[in-house]
Amino acid sequence: MHMTAILARLAWRNLWRNHRRTVIMLAAVILGTWAMIFMTALMRGMVTDVVREGIAALPGHVQVHHPDYRDDPSVANLIPISDTEITTKFSDAGFTGWASRVRVPAVVTSEYDSRGVTLLGIDPERERDMTFVDYDDVEGRFLESASDKGIVIGRKLAKTLNTQVGKRIVLMSQDPDNEIADRGFRVVGLFGANVTAFEEAFVFAGKTTTQDMLRIDDQVSELVAIGDDYRNVEEVYQQVSALVDGSVTVQRWFEIDTYLGSMLKVMDGFLLVWIIVIFLALSFGLVNTLVMAVFERVREIGLMLALGMRPMFILGQIVIESLMLLALGLVIGTILAWAAVQPIKDGIDISIVGEGLDMWGMSNVLYPELLLSDVILANTVVLVLGFLASLSPAWRAAHYEPVEAITKV
Amino acid sequence: MTAVRCVDLCKTYHQGDEDIKALDHVSIEIDEGGFVCLSAPSGGGKTTLLNAIGGLDKPDSGEVYIAGSRIDNLGKGDLAELRLRQIGFVFQAFNLIPVLTARENVEFVMQVQGVTAAERGRLALEILEEVGLDGLEDRLPADMSGGQQQRVAVARAIVSRPALVLADEPTANLDSKTSDGLMELFRELNERHKTTFVIATHDKRVMSYAKRLVRMLDGRIVDDIEQHAA
Repeated sequence: MHMTAILARLAWRNLWRNHRRTVIMLAAVILGTWAMIFMTALMRGMVTDVVREGIAALPGHVQVHHPDYRDDPSVANLIPISDTEITTKFSDAGFTGWASRVRVPAVVTSEYDSRGVTLLGIDPERERDMTFVDYDDVEGRFLESASDKGIVIGRKLAKTLNTQVGKRIVLMSQDPDNEIADRGFRVVGLFGANVTAFEEAFVFAGKTTTQDMLRIDDQVSELVAIGDDYRNVEEVYQQVSALVDGSVTVQRWFEIDTYLGSMLKVMDGFLLVWIIVIFLALSFGLVNTLVMAVFERVREIGLMLALGMRPMFILGQIVIESLMLLALGLVIGTILAWAAVQPIKDGIDISIVGEGLDMWGMSNVLYPELLLSDVILANTVVLVLGFLASLSPAWRAAHYEPVEAITKV
Repeated sequence: MTAVRCVDLCKTYHQGDEDIKALDHVSIEIDEGGFVCLSAPSGGGKTTLLNAIGGLDKPDSGEVYIAGSRIDNLGKGDLAELRLRQIGFVFQAFNLIPVLTARENVEFVMQVQGVTAAERGRLALEILEEVGLDGLEDRLPADMSGGQQQRVAVARAIVSRPALVLADEPTANLDSKTSDGLMELFRELNERHKTTFVIATHDKRVMSYAKRLVRMLDGRIVDDIEQHAA
């Protein structure tokens, strides 16, 4: 303990012997740390946006389907459990949110054009907290109940079909007997979405209205549940699995959309590489600074060895000096990165490149995401690698022969 | 009781194709409380002998004993411990750690020894007063004269009451008045605390203070005389 105190004192004072060199190195560490954390927040925000939008389009953290639904998402593969039974089991299970829905491919036709879409027969109240549609931002109105006779389509689809609120369109699909199932709907609302592709891909109708149209009585094709955090869905998965039997398939969102699932892992790996690359750039300066510091203090180190200081304490002094410099840079860099995120935490408008972002499933607003785990990762990596980088000059200093070092000119 | 005993020490340095015998079968015994000057022209072997006694340098052959214990066969860690606990050093130049104040330099060895903060603070102030530096304890080495720096080095060397103080050309960078002051201090400490002093020098003024004068030439002891100090 007494050695730690003297080593820390020596390290701190030695750090400021050459102010200019220390300030330059410190500035490099601060800039590197700032870049690491700030850019990480932006990248994390982008990936989170892609994943969230992706999950919103699925939507649901855990989903239940007929075992063949994923290969053939048609009305032929409905969940072999009645919607009434599902409602009984899931209503009191305590999920953050859950919903059952009919989700089938369909063709929508106006008097001008037709398009292939995904028809979602929903209970609007159940879906409110898990859908990508903002009910309050719908032109016209959103569905009011599961038995609503209207249809809500995307703004872009409305433009394509040359239709509008109040006009009628025809929706066509197949019933379980492979007969045409169609119905005329009045457009009651036009929704907008952060990802404009969604505006063309999905149409919303009442669940029971859709069931009637498809002649599937009390059946649904999809059952979804959400938890509090899309990164941790295991508990929800276990809970859902316990409520259904083996006649259905229960999947987590990242199993359904493996591209989205892999993005999170790729992002974590990418962040580590990004942090290490920045550190490597810093490490050249750090090692050079330490080598110079050791070289300038050869006689002083020789003196301390001659007076009876053990080599391991000389090593400790140099390492502490390096860690102090890094720690100071990390603290300031982290604070600056946090401060830089604050003014833009409510989102940056990047609609200028909106078309390109759409392709990646991203919205037009980028929300930087500063995660504590990313900050800890960046700080830990820099400290650990900094420790390793400083070992070489420190080892060299510790192994001077005192009699040679003290007479060095 | 013998403070230092060297038996048949040999040390050869290689400089290009040339071999330089820094110590050539040197044997010497120094009693506790001795005040010995090792005198030799440059390259005569006095610093090499001093370094061998202090465990800073290993002889090629021969044995070195400090307070009866053999030290030439000790490892780096044990030698560091020996220097820390039993030997005080005063070097010719660059004696102090530049980033520490006079008081902190004096406290340095005690801090490494593990002496409590209160105790080492008290001892440091006492010893700085004893070497005539009271009031200068918070100055950095750069803000002190050469003589003052040497006094701080002496204070550090003796503050933990080592049995042996080794000084290598301690007055080389000092004017005559300061040199005399330093040697008076050495003699006073030797007499008061019975500390053994071994001083390597080629300064005749310094030699005149010694109770025993050992002359070396080409790595050999050529003369060893007791004398009445000045």
